[in-house]
Amino acid sequence: MSLLKVDNVTFGYSSGKSVLAGVSLDIGPGDTIGLVGESGSGKSTLLRLLLGLTRPNSGSISFNGTALDPRNAQFMRAYRRQVQIVFQDPYSSLDPRQTVLSIVAEPLRSLKIARDHRQMVMEALVSVGLEPTILGRYPHEFSGGQRQRIAIARAIVAGPSLLLADEAVSALDLSTRIRIVELLKQLSASMTLVFVSHDIGVVAALCEKIVILEQGRIVESGDTKTILANPQHPYTQRLLASVPRMPA
Amino acid sequence: MSALLDIKQLSLHTENVRLLYGVDLTIAPGERVGLIGESGSGKSLTAMAATGLLPTNIRASGSITLAGRPVIDASEHQLNLLRGSAAAVVFQEPLTALDPLMRIGRQIAEPLRRRAARDGQRLSGTELDAAVLAMMGDVALPDPERIARAYPHEISGGQRQRVAIAMALACKPSLLIADEPTTALDVTTQAEILCLLDRLVRERNMALLFISHDLPVVAGIVDRVVVLRQGEVVEAGPVHQVFAHPQHAYTQSLVAAAHAFDTALGAAP
Repeated sequence: MSLLKVDNVTFGYSSGKSVLAGVSLDIGPGDTIGLVGESGSGKSTLLRLLLGLTRPNSGSISFNGTALDPRNAQFMRAYRRQVQIVFQDPYSSLDPRQTVLSIVAEPLRSLKIARDHRQMVMEALVSVGLEPTILGRYPHEFSGGQRQRIAIARAIVAGPSLLLADEAVSALDLSTRIRIVELLKQLSASMTLVFVSHDIGVVAALCEKIVILEQGRIVESGDTKTILANPQHPYTQRLLASVPRMPA
Repeated sequence: MSALLDIKQLSLHTENVRLLYGVDLTIAPGERVGLIGESGSGKSLTAMAATGLLPTNIRASGSITLAGRPVIDASEHQLNLLRGSAAAVVFQEPLTALDPLMRIGRQIAEPLRRRAARDGQRLSGTELDAAVLAMMGDVALPDPERIARAYPHEISGGQRQRVAIAMALACKPSLLIADEPTTALDVTTQAEILCLLDRLVRERNMALLFISHDLPVVAGIVDRVVVLRQGEVVEAGPVHQVFAHPQHAYTQSLVAAAHAFDTALGAAP
């Protein structure tokens, strides 16, 4: 059975043209899937729908067979425990006035998980490659890469089954980016990962499956290696041909 | 031939922070040089210093010569004579580089008019309009009459960057400085803008200083690279040589990371 199922979803903001048209996705447990698209492709809107922040105009999204319904508070609380997100910008996604302990423990507080928060935070920090001794420090004391590790620790502390990442490495320098991609790859062994990015190179390095979005439609999807080796849709071909390559 | 831009032992510092230390960078007329480094390496500051655009709280030592004239400690008047004709800059974010309240046509007309005045010509209204449309054609902007009447928010990011390039070219500079000109753009748009820059720089025999953190992008457009790290040059040389056989550990780590993503994509199409 699929973990997250998007069935023929259409979405448009009130003023006219649809942002997503007939989008269907089947994300199985353990999948590592990359959603690739340029500006206006609808990837951020799709992510908002997956988070249950917005409802589709038509079609449905279900998690473990139950339809996502932002009005059902009880379901959404359980959903939040299962699904967490890492955002693009580690400078704006961490509250500068909170300590690392308080930031990473936030999902535990809001989900009312009554266990030893300090212990759980320390375990999460270790699994993202940070020292557990940084609990009392503040975000400004860390580099961009370290902050993104803190954001990832916050996302995994409650033990979600699905991790969403929205351009999670795009704001990072190249040498930091490769390390965070390695970390996400390592974490993806124990959870499902949906990685949204405009950068097909990063997706190629991280995801087994790929979904190519263009102007609100899925133009191609499947096994990453197969699609990269033999792209079928003209847009995928153009996208791949546009990526600057290292000299041989 | 003497260098167009000659930076020697440039150091920059604020009251208590050292930003750049002992940087050497030379660009000959028509030469294309890439300046690469990660955030905070000082690559944009180097470009700012070259055109005398440093904030007043930053002190510079060493020497910068642009088109045979000293830049450090030059007066605003002397610098204004150099800016545009010796070097023009295209910045990363075209939305902030353009005036949001001015129609595109007028923004391109301004540097054209100033350049003509500098060459001792006065363009009439119709001549200027024709020059604006010709310039827009040179940077392959579609439907130039419509875009000339549009405001920056009414056109796409790629089109805005074409406008910024047109404005820089209108100055007829000997050196075009492009500071991360494609970083804010989609990859398919980036490919078009890189192709455009490459063609224009060749056609007009301009020198190019291309600043970027993106190694494959730099590899495609320059002949020589300078690698900056935390304000110091760690390596410099022909781009193929530096990327194929990086000597410094830092360059090696950058090249390895770039290759990791490149390899994941498989063979180039």
